[in-house]
Amino acid sequence: MTAITYREAMRQAIREALVRDDRVFVMGEDVGHYGGCYAVTLGLLEEFGPERIRDTPLSESAFVGAGIGAALGGMRPIVEIMTVNFSLLALDQIMNNAATLLYMSGGQFNVPLVIRMATGAGRQVAAQHSHSLEGWFAHIPGLRILAPATVEDARGMLWPALCDPDPVLIFEHAMLYNVEGDLADEATPVDIDKAAIRRSGNDVTIIAYGGTLRTALGAAEQLAAEGVEAEVIDLRCLRPLDTPTIVASVARTHRAVVVDEGWRSGSLSAEVAARITEGVFYDLDAPVVRVCSVEVPMPYAKHLEDEAIPQVADVVAAVRGLGA
Amino acid sequence: MTKAATSGQSGSESGAADGDRGVHLLREMLRIRRFEERCVELYSRAEIRGFLHLGIGEEACAVGVMEALSPDDAVVSTYREHGHALARGLSMRATMAELEGKVEGCSRGRGGSMHLFDAATRFYGGNAIVAGGLPLAVGVALADHLRGRSRVTACFFGDGAVAEGEFHESMNLSELWHLPVLFCCENNLYAMGTALKYTESETDLSLKAASYRIPARVVDGMDVLAVEAAAREATQAIRAGAGPQFLELRTYRFRAHSMYDPDRYRDKAEIEGWKERDPIPALVAQLTASGALGEGGLDRLEAEIALEVDDAVAFAEAGTYEPLEDLERYVTSEAAPQGRTP
Repeated sequence: MTAITYREAMRQAIREALVRDDRVFVMGEDVGHYGGCYAVTLGLLEEFGPERIRDTPLSESAFVGAGIGAALGGMRPIVEIMTVNFSLLALDQIMNNAATLLYMSGGQFNVPLVIRMATGAGRQVAAQHSHSLEGWFAHIPGLRILAPATVEDARGMLWPALCDPDPVLIFEHAMLYNVEGDLADEATPVDIDKAAIRRSGNDVTIIAYGGTLRTALGAAEQLAAEGVEAEVIDLRCLRPLDTPTIVASVARTHRAVVVDEGWRSGSLSAEVAARITEGVFYDLDAPVVRVCSVEVPMPYAKHLEDEAIPQVADVVAAVRGLGA
Repeated sequence: MTKAATSGQSGSESGAADGDRGVHLLREMLRIRRFEERCVELYSRAEIRGFLHLGIGEEACAVGVMEALSPDDAVVSTYREHGHALARGLSMRATMAELEGKVEGCSRGRGGSMHLFDAATRFYGGNAIVAGGLPLAVGVALADHLRGRSRVTACFFGDGAVAEGEFHESMNLSELWHLPVLFCCENNLYAMGTALKYTESETDLSLKAASYRIPARVVDGMDVLAVEAAAREATQAIRAGAGPQFLELRTYRFRAHSMYDPDRYRDKAEIEGWKERDPIPALVAQLTASGALGEGGLDRLEAEIALEVDDAVAFAEAGTYEPLEDLERYVTSEAAPQGRTP
């Protein structure tokens, strides 16, 4: 085992993919000479050259669309969008082409494309760089949506995503890039279908993903000191959702708290809550509770930003409110 | 063509059609015309539903460009693409079946008139988001560039697309990366119902491409020989490594934007004026004068095409609807790759 940051794990995964498959290439804003906005691709231009590490103009729609076209042409592109708010400039290509072409063409044209982007708040970069919009993308049939929350998933999800014949979006929470974790020296691909139980417990199920996994685990630790054993589920794949793992856990614990850095209304947390009520309503001892971001554009000032996003204390309070 | 703006009406290449080739071009244009005229009838009988955008009047653009392409080139098209599809070699049967929503259609009835697809001819659709196909075409060409394949991607779009950001992003990216794209702007003067002069500060569209350093020329889109000559020259340049090329094909649709359009925004005299430049009678006259189309030649062509259209309609009407249990097929690919090897 070696300690490694989430950023390094992601870089290793990209590097491995470039070495393994000559159809893989990377393109996006500042991925080459700058080394990546979050330094994920640092050094790759020097190693792989400008044909495979392609700096693009600030043209999200064109380079995402070009990624789709290149995938149709037999390549395996990794497209980096600097941050989730910028993905809105490419929404036409993601929704109307990447997600739709296979179906609309009657099964003739699949799009083996991977799009990576940073998501989430916590760095005081205010209302145009901090949102958690992965729930929107998880609404769209035809896409697979991944949210690696651990170093192992940062390292292991990319290769299976590239092997997927259809488009995969990977959301990397910006607060995770500097987080260190232990990684097996012989890193292997991970599955990209199933949620993972990150902590076992029988009193309540806390469901989180991406940046909120650490929040959920922090809450579980505090609750354990009070004698409440929380089970923590990391969704990992936001579309398709691993409903069986969620409902099986809640059927045992009888209580559920969903933690989501997206806004509450029309959110991924709403979808998870709905699936719990559809699946195990009569096993519930209390209503499903959600801990989400306050419904405001993300503010700049630190105290306001902290208040706007789910914190450990909010999750602990939510569990206590269930009488677990 | 030289780098930088070379706009100006071309036509000098548009010489006399040599016999067989001229008749072939005529046949292809007539196939599209008669197919679409039949579509109108079928629409009025509700055999075809949804949006139906006809390219009647614009056939020379489709036919002229396709003549310059090779089988392993690619085509990205718009929602007004029946002509592109037929000229590219999609079967009339599969195209008509698609319009009738049948599973035998080229997109299994999933797409309809606006979304014709065909892997066999590398026809990447019918894109109904204006300018949405341009980035896609750039990417298809990028794949060819990265694999060292000598292929061209022809990308059709209308004058309306020029107002979209995706047009400008794609112009820039394709020239920046020197990609093998043939941009074919079918300028029919109207973005749906709004004339170019009401939407563009600069109505000479070739100047926009030229400002991205893409060799651009204006071509008479009502003259199939001019279109073919320009397209051949452009594809040869692309294959020789000259990067993207841009053709502004000045054309006109004789019918309304779609079957829902009452066409209140065009002057009748303007429409009649353009009809006098109909590419089909023009070529018929030329081929008759040269003797390439002999006595009864046109009638024989028409009869053959009428049979083909009848056959396509019969095929579509005998077709079947996709079973309801297949509704969710192809949202994602069916076969997970073995051991997840890409």
